[in-house]
Amino acid sequence: MLIGKKLAAIAFAAGLGLGVGLPAFAQDLTGTLKKISDSGEIVIGHRESSVPFSYLDSDQKPIGYSIDICARIVDEISTELGKEISVRYVPINPKTRIPLLANGTINMECGSTTNTLTRQQQVEYLPTTFITGTKILTKTDSGINSIDDLGGKIIGLAPGTTNDRVIREEAEKRGIDVDFLVVNDHAEGMLALETGRADAYSTDHILLFGLIETSKSPDDFAVVGDFLSYDPYALMVPRDDSAFELIGKRALANLFRTGEINDIYAKWFDPMGIEQTPLLQAAFQLATLPE
Amino acid sequence: MSGFDFSVIVSALPFLWEGLQLSFLLTILAIIGGLGFGVLLALARMSGFRLLSLVAATYVNLIRSVPLILVIFWFYFLVPLVLGRPVGGFYSALIAFVMFEAAYYSEIMRAGIKSVAKGQVQAGKSTGLGYWRIQRHIVLPQAFRNMIPVLVTQAIILFQDTSLVFVVSLRDFMTASSIVARTEGRLVEMYLFAAVVYFVICFAGSLTVRRLQSKVAT
Amino acid sequence: MNYNWNWAVLFQDPYLGWLISGLGWTVSVSLCAWVVAFVIGALIGVGRTVNNRLISGLCTAYVELFRNVPLLVQLFVWYFAIPEMVPDGVGHWMKREMPMPEFTTTVIALGLYTASRVAEQVRAGIDSIPKGLKAAAKANGLSGTQVYRYILLPISFRIIVPPLTSEFLTVFKNSSLALTIGLLELTAQSQQIADYTYNSFEAFTAATVIYIFIALVVTGLMQIVETRTAIPGQSGKGA
Repeated sequence: MLIGKKLAAIAFAAGLGLGVGLPAFAQDLTGTLKKISDSGEIVIGHRESSVPFSYLDSDQKPIGYSIDICARIVDEISTELGKEISVRYVPINPKTRIPLLANGTINMECGSTTNTLTRQQQVEYLPTTFITGTKILTKTDSGINSIDDLGGKIIGLAPGTTNDRVIREEAEKRGIDVDFLVVNDHAEGMLALETGRADAYSTDHILLFGLIETSKSPDDFAVVGDFLSYDPYALMVPRDDSAFELIGKRALANLFRTGEINDIYAKWFDPMGIEQTPLLQAAFQLATLPE
Repeated sequence: MSGFDFSVIVSALPFLWEGLQLSFLLTILAIIGGLGFGVLLALARMSGFRLLSLVAATYVNLIRSVPLILVIFWFYFLVPLVLGRPVGGFYSALIAFVMFEAAYYSEIMRAGIKSVAKGQVQAGKSTGLGYWRIQRHIVLPQAFRNMIPVLVTQAIILFQDTSLVFVVSLRDFMTASSIVARTEGRLVEMYLFAAVVYFVICFAGSLTVRRLQSKVAT
Repeated sequence: MNYNWNWAVLFQDPYLGWLISGLGWTVSVSLCAWVVAFVIGALIGVGRTVNNRLISGLCTAYVELFRNVPLLVQLFVWYFAIPEMVPDGVGHWMKREMPMPEFTTTVIALGLYTASRVAEQVRAGIDSIPKGLKAAAKANGLSGTQVYRYILLPISFRIIVPPLTSEFLTVFKNSSLALTIGLLELTAQSQQIADYTYNSFEAFTAATVIYIFIALVVTGLMQIVETRTAIPGQSGKGA
């Protein structure tokens, strides 16, 4: 605890020192920072139905855990540039998120994206902000309790997601004869399940809870089975842009260090009754680098 | 999903109206851009420069052989890459529509220009007018008059086609209807409503075309 | 530009297979939809020209309805709305037991939509036949049905081969809309390859080339049909 306090004191001092000196560095901006500085605007990609990370509220405005975290990063960028910047939101989906970030349409992705090595060939990730894994959502009366019960049934999958690959691979490995229904987003997957077009839908377990939460009859649905994959979520930023990435890392380290992350977490996950796992807490701690 | 509830439409009206405005905006800008680029393509194709007309013809035939959705995907991916800076989905989609529609407009215009009797061009030449003046004062005004009904028909088709921006999540009327349909779980009401709205607008457009046709004919 | 070229990806497993299966779906959806469009379009088109107010009115209403609603909206109505509007048992059948729901729905939606356009061509073809011919046939004692069977239809269908060719090509292009309800046809597969490999340029180029190839094959085939069916003296070709 003593070390913790000392660290906090050092961090505070360093923060003060840097905070004053920062705008001076803003002269030779490059890459994404320069673009944001020139246009006075940051373009953020958001999801439409990734509850509670990034989704639309009843006024069709993006909200969620990832959106809140991104707001802190935007503040950090403002500080770095020494001026106010406005935020423009662009809707993205699993198919468009990586191309749009890679081609510069969006400057940052605030959704629910798993950090994978393949994707790192195209984009860069900030430190992990959530940890989840693939599970299966089904109706309580469907008799499906795990992937092994899917024989002869139909499961909805969104192409371009890690879950899509995992379920197909697992089904093949276990020799399960299951039919796949291609859906374009979580809302469409839930829709297929609600309307009886599919018997199950699969994505990251936390998103499945989100879908249940926002459905008209939460009691009719259940998340079943074991974790079929390990999916650490992280915000995406452009590749080969370490200056921009650094600001994101710093903003996250500050969030974790001050414990502000706990408030944001509680705001979005407490209503769902999902607590921070020791693994997630460890991930937060690992990203809390000293200044 | 039981029981229909059309009140969901009323509460979603502001959101849907925004979408409809985007559909109209996209249509109007694409018509303007498509006509401009289409005229150039048609003139290039009918010009005496073989290379130029070959390039224009290849472009037109290429675009006309592929689905609009593929063209939208192409430009959604290409535009920011070529420009090297972020442009919103709206601009990517707009450029895709302009490039796509121009190919169709150029064909309409070629037919329209051909409909102007050759004798008139020769008459223009013999009075000493240059190529551009003949086009500007003799051929194009008449050609446009003949083309108006077909151009309006194409505008209606374009308005219907803008619904395809759904594939890139741009919030046009179709996408807005879809979002409401899915978040509120009111598929039947929303999709039927969308169909009615499109029908009313496009049917009114078709009636206009018919009136224009009888006008041009007289 | 930060772009990693890799044309070889198109020939790798499983991506080559995806393209081939995408092509298969595109061709089969389009051909099935065309059969629906041709049969219904011919009936509706003829129906608009008959001397029965009710029949011609209904057929006109069909054409206006299907022409003035975007195909995507029609597809969604067939796929998402209709199964919820019919009795539960039928709806369940449409969503689950009907063979290949996405495929069948696309064939119906695309077929009925295209039928309205085919109907317009058929009607235009029949209208383009000089009135005197019809009168002459009647004067020779042919019944209404016989006039259609022996005079109007054979002539008009030969006249409308060229415009029908372009409608046929449009069906192939419009079949790409099926990707919105999850049918992995050619465009969807190329996009999926782009998703998985991030080689969007190569994937879209492959799809574009295949569509052009389809267009060339269809145009070539239809040209043969055109020369075979051309009415001597009426068109420039084949006479």
